[in-house]
Amino acid sequence: MGKFIAIIDYGLGNLCSVNKALEAVGARPRVTSDSKEIDEASAIVLPGVGAFKRAMDNLARLKVIPTLLNAIQKGKPFMGICLGLQILFTESEEHGFHKGLDVIRGKVNKFSSLLKIPHMGWNQIKIQNKKARIFAGIQDGSYFYFVHSYYVEPEDKGIVVATTEYGGEFVSAVNKKNVWGVQFHPEKSERVGLKILENFLHDVS
Amino acid sequence: MLAKRIIPCLDVKAGRVVKGINFLNLKDAGDPVESASVYSREGADELVFLDITASVEKRKAILEVVEKCAQQVFIPLTVGGGIRNLQDIRTLLKRGADKVSINTAAVESPQLIKQASEEFGSQCIVVAIDAKREDRSHWQVYTYGGTRPTGLDVLDWAKKVADLGAGELLLTSMDKDGTKDGYDLELTKGVSEAVNIPVIASGGAGNLGHLYQALAEGKADAVLAASIFHYGEFSIKETKQYLRDKGIPVRM
Repeated sequence: MGKFIAIIDYGLGNLCSVNKALEAVGARPRVTSDSKEIDEASAIVLPGVGAFKRAMDNLARLKVIPTLLNAIQKGKPFMGICLGLQILFTESEEHGFHKGLDVIRGKVNKFSSLLKIPHMGWNQIKIQNKKARIFAGIQDGSYFYFVHSYYVEPEDKGIVVATTEYGGEFVSAVNKKNVWGVQFHPEKSERVGLKILENFLHDVS
Repeated sequence: MLAKRIIPCLDVKAGRVVKGINFLNLKDAGDPVESASVYSREGADELVFLDITASVEKRKAILEVVEKCAQQVFIPLTVGGGIRNLQDIRTLLKRGADKVSINTAAVESPQLIKQASEEFGSQCIVVAIDAKREDRSHWQVYTYGGTRPTGLDVLDWAKKVADLGAGELLLTSMDKDGTKDGYDLELTKGVSEAVNIPVIASGGAGNLGHLYQALAEGKADAVLAASIFHYGEFSIKETKQYLRDKGIPVRM
């Protein structure tokens, strides 16, 4: 039996879109919150839209946090999308302070109230690390679809692979070893978005 | 830079597009999924399906349309029309809609906006406002497809729904809708400046200059249009080229 990609279902996500997009690039996605299945998967995608605290609470309730951390530690290819990127961080200021998975040291902050919130629509990325393989074949300045009110701020700027302008520059993609995180929605970003998913899955057996 | 969005709107009745779309390369002008694919390829930034099915038993058709669309169109899809409660929203999102647009149910039960945005996130809750001009600077909110006045002032209502957790407003001028003589710019600007969430202008687009005005003078974040795209008068691509040449940031 061929391997599959686990899409983590924790009750907060546009799972359908991510699922269809992965199928469109030839992967075999499986929506799951079962630790055993997550262990067996050849890669993990953590999608998510909504509130930070609720995401962490749901993951805790489903008892999948140790499984996810273990998979990341063992080097399994991992991609966090939008809220799925944010909860990889140490803590968030969303409605008080909340602890995240702390895979990436840093904070999640709210955009200035002088801006329209959410930051919604198509915005450009500035590729900061041209060697990042998820950007293979993608031009600097390409547009991706964003919808979020908070942005990540990693302590180690070396992991930043793309940034985007919205009332200032914020981090729109990171990479730390086997872990990738994107603030935009590749599953909703037409051809360039599908290309990101394809690139992410390139080495996945 | 954040691009201004161009959003074609398709009226869907019992799973079929009404006011058939006039593209040369379209095999079935009544198939919403095929139309959506063409728009996506042409560079539409999002799509709106407005379900105008009257009979309850035929309303399931939109779910199949949404599901099929989600398999082949990878841009955000908003579905509006006849959404009454959390279960309706849950079902649509599960089948592949990215956002839902609520109109009458939001007026009748404002708490629905709060509950829905808490459960599903503000990003997927669009409140549609049908606005009819009362005088130079006042507009009234209408429901039930523009047939029933509510006594609500549009600017007050817009602020209230933003506070309740709406992620975006779809603002339609009833006076301008169908006229093709341009958006209601005062309305658009008034609402856009009154709230801190994105505003989609709708109603009245007849040429590309109108789209420009809604974005530049009306300060809208996005423009919605139906007939100017459907009948092939303007393609999405030439629309965007026009706007770009006038200095509006768009995704090419």
